[in-house]
Amino acid sequence: MKPARIVITGVGLTAPNGNTLPEFRRNLLTGVAGIERKEIRYMGLQLAGVCHYDPLKYQKKKEVRVGTRAGSISIYCAREALADSGIDFDGTAKDRVGIYIGCTEHGNVETENEIYNISKFNYDTKFWSHYHNPRTVANNPAGEASLNLGVTGPAYTIGAACAAGNMGLIHAAQMLRLGEVDFAICGGVSESIHTFGIFAGFKSQNALATHEDPQKASRPFDLARNGIVISEGGCLYTLERLEDAEARGAKIYAEIAGYHVNSDASDYVLPNPIRQAECIRSALKRASYTPRDIHIVNTHATATPLGDIQECEAIRAVFGEDCPDTNINNTKSFIGHAMGAAGALELAGNLPSFQDLTVHPSINVDNLDPLCALPGLVLNQPKAVAKVDTILNNSFGMLGINSTLIVKRFVA
Amino acid sequence: MTKDECKKVVLDIIADIAPDEDLSNVKSDVRLRDQLQLDSMDFLDIVMELRKRHGIEVPEAEYVQLASLASSADYLTPKFNALAAKG
Repeated sequence: MKPARIVITGVGLTAPNGNTLPEFRRNLLTGVAGIERKEIRYMGLQLAGVCHYDPLKYQKKKEVRVGTRAGSISIYCAREALADSGIDFDGTAKDRVGIYIGCTEHGNVETENEIYNISKFNYDTKFWSHYHNPRTVANNPAGEASLNLGVTGPAYTIGAACAAGNMGLIHAAQMLRLGEVDFAICGGVSESIHTFGIFAGFKSQNALATHEDPQKASRPFDLARNGIVISEGGCLYTLERLEDAEARGAKIYAEIAGYHVNSDASDYVLPNPIRQAECIRSALKRASYTPRDIHIVNTHATATPLGDIQECEAIRAVFGEDCPDTNINNTKSFIGHAMGAAGALELAGNLPSFQDLTVHPSINVDNLDPLCALPGLVLNQPKAVAKVDTILNNSFGMLGINSTLIVKRFVA
Repeated sequence: MTKDECKKVVLDIIADIAPDEDLSNVKSDVRLRDQLQLDSMDFLDIVMELRKRHGIEVPEAEYVQLASLASSADYLTPKFNALAAKG
């Protein structure tokens, strides 16, 4: 039996350069990045992608106070996606709704805050918050969304380092195909800019970007790239089986065409281009595509000196020199690395290409690294193209987890 | 500290932990939970803030004393005054 066709029917997002898909897309096409300097505890001003959505649009003040930033971002994105999907959510069986949210990590922010808090009281743990456990359980972002939405179906997070955003979508598609749920809210979120530990960790790894101009700091593929700009953000989608979406006359953004997830099993942090290429090839195989069928490859590249080269090696191994209709871009050059949200946000930034037949560029490439000079790279200016029927989205993460998701133009 | 001053201390804490609530007409003798959206975690917040801001300890067996503003003031005012006397 052929698996059910799964379609994307709604998008809700907050990125450092936009709080709706149209705003985000407009900025990707006009070269508007969203990086600023933010005070980081113990570290002073650091480059960061900060979201400026209004939490009180969908939450009470008390919910914001009690909950986490990741929970708040999840609620905002879920509500925006539901509104965009046009579904009658009040009339939807809430026990048949699943919430699947990818996270790079969760709990660092809240734990650091509590340690800082008790440091003011001579480290007396009687001042440790009773909210610490509900704030730091790994399912927190999805759980907060379930509370806010009244969803009684499965709601949990998927920990997959920086491959997590794709994983949320992939897992949701699997659950819909298994018949576990009838409607899924899925994608990824990140609150990582609120933990100094991630900044300090990347700095100790010599992988934290520095640049005098924040908007030029995130520069994958450029010779002068010097590391990651850490960002917060979120992007959640509504996914449905095609028959359900058609039955309610839903607008359809795209159809899930294929995906794959694998592991390097080779290093804690260093990527493995052989496994990345395997991941891409397996996703193509599942979609019954050849490399030439892919019109946009959205790269994971984070602007670390080695990581970008290794992903380019993987892409070159799969796509070679003979894919004239394949365009390659990178969204982190605008928004930095939104960690668990990255894959989901970066896919969203490219979805409008099905309609506007334009490929958003990778910006900040003044001197292309020859080792990153892939055919089809779209640099600095958007590119009008004749055809966009497919988008392949890479997201890779630490401990060697790789995810590739392919979506295609919906044709009934 | 007078009991009215003590009620103000408690209300100031509630204003921070329940920022959506209108506190302009909180009745002194009515249970706080019967007139405000407060749950058990919020009461733990009141206890924590009394500890953090004022050095006042409320043992678990005595949480019931915080049921209303009036009972809170009856219970807490002597604690505040004893603390002040200690200097």
